[in-house]
Amino acid sequence: MKSKYQLAVIGGGPAGMAAALSARKKGVEDIIILERDKYFGGILPQCIHNGFGLEYFNQELTGPEYATKFIDQLIESDIELRDETMVIDINSEKEITALNKEYGVMKISSEAVLLAMGCRERTRENIKIPGDRLAGIFTAGTAQRYTNIEGFMPGKDVVILGSGDIGLIMARRMKLEGANVKGVFELMPYSNGLIRNKVQCLDDFDIPLKLNHTITRIEGEDRVERVKVAEVDNNLKVIPESEKWISCDTVLLSVGLIPENELTKGIGIDLDFNTGGPKVNELRETAVSGIFAAGNVLHVHDLVDWVTEEAEIAGRGIAEYLNGNRAKRKKSLQLEAGDNINYVIPNKIDFVDTSRKFIKLFMRVNHPMEDVEVHLNYNNKVLLKYNKDFALPGEMLTVNLPEKIFNKKMKKIKISVKKKEGEGINEK
Amino acid sequence: MRNNNIEEVICVACPKGCRITIESKDDNIIDISGYSCEKGKNYAKEEFENPTRILPTTVRVSGGEFPLVSVKTEKAIPKERLLDAMDVIAKLEIKAPINNGDIVYENILNTGVNLIATRRVAKKDG
Repeated sequence: MKSKYQLAVIGGGPAGMAAALSARKKGVEDIIILERDKYFGGILPQCIHNGFGLEYFNQELTGPEYATKFIDQLIESDIELRDETMVIDINSEKEITALNKEYGVMKISSEAVLLAMGCRERTRENIKIPGDRLAGIFTAGTAQRYTNIEGFMPGKDVVILGSGDIGLIMARRMKLEGANVKGVFELMPYSNGLIRNKVQCLDDFDIPLKLNHTITRIEGEDRVERVKVAEVDNNLKVIPESEKWISCDTVLLSVGLIPENELTKGIGIDLDFNTGGPKVNELRETAVSGIFAAGNVLHVHDLVDWVTEEAEIAGRGIAEYLNGNRAKRKKSLQLEAGDNINYVIPNKIDFVDTSRKFIKLFMRVNHPMEDVEVHLNYNNKVLLKYNKDFALPGEMLTVNLPEKIFNKKMKKIKISVKKKEGEGINEK
Repeated sequence: MRNNNIEEVICVACPKGCRITIESKDDNIIDISGYSCEKGKNYAKEEFENPTRILPTTVRVSGGEFPLVSVKTEKAIPKERLLDAMDVIAKLEIKAPINNGDIVYENILNTGVNLIATRRVAKKDG
């Protein structure tokens, strides 16, 4: 096995696959993808439901089908694919330490690195649900892997905490496989999942969704036997009189995802508090020159289609980095989150590129609003406004920032979401 | 004789999630309201007249690198047949190798719709 590459991609999920292919198309040679699982595709092969690809392929696909489109291209390419290979360290010199059965400990050095490790689910320990330590408590994604890849049913009487998409999808999956799904409990006053999933996974099967609810205790002998659920008030505090026990043998948690950045931290790259990922410029390059990041390791996406789009941006950025074909701005242009914006990706614009027409901004809002305007502000003046029918925390908000409207002198553009002027004060 | 009936559907055509009201008499639509676009109106009409869904699930595999293969109905089938279809699929077991797109089961529940594989499963080594 070689020890020097132009590009090493850490993770063979949708981001790693698309970035490697796009870098290859742009002329990058000697690419390796290091994947810790037995197969490529990341989490997609266990997401057996349909609904993928509508944005990118204009076609409705299941997760495995979406993954196969990229896996097939990789197999036909000259990109080196290493599965069951675990990267344990990367340093700022872009030296990588990895392990696999065939070679033991390997050292690889690469001119560029793409971080594409994806994200992890928050666990019971993360959210600190009191009670007994028992079998039968799973993150929704773990239960999904057991059910869809390994062929085990996690349990019979299921309570789901959290209305994220994986929770909703697993409610339907458990029901279809014969389980009794007693309900989905969501702390917030709104569902965090896509509307389509709420309708087709819960309503279709009469599975109740209880908003403003949480689990306050889990009890049992060896296995979960019951959970205590309660309503919460406007400050998300438990209303003690509302507590009641529900008997069940399984608890699935769909309570958020955290970008998996242990390796990133090891390089010495600081993480952004709001995204949980590294800060990046418009090419998805981190604070360390030549180290890029894309996909859920950077910020958690709701659609894989946008992971692919972002990874292709990174792939092109890597090619430009390796070609030395880029002109740096004197000062970075910072893109700052304003009213009702949680974060903006990219965090800043570092390069001058007259050939590009616009830079697409990916954003997430803090709370739901209808009939809004997205404002781009420079020096407290509105540069540009975009109308949107709605802004929801569960759906990525995107706008195109035209190259024409910003110049070399600008240091900061602030993005805010405002209620559309002149109409409606009936926001719920 | 059935009387006037009012049903609400939540549109899934886009993230806005309009609540569309369908008023009907004897299963005939009299009025659809609450939609914001033509897509929504059509969705509501279809949800009322013939709600269908694609069914994604898994089938057991013998001699494969994985114990299961993911499958889906090639087209949407009537919503009320989903659990019946699952009963049929639960009894299936197919042999590896399987290719993405292979027909796993024909004409499920006489719907005229085939069940197809959505992933490749190679034979188990050795």
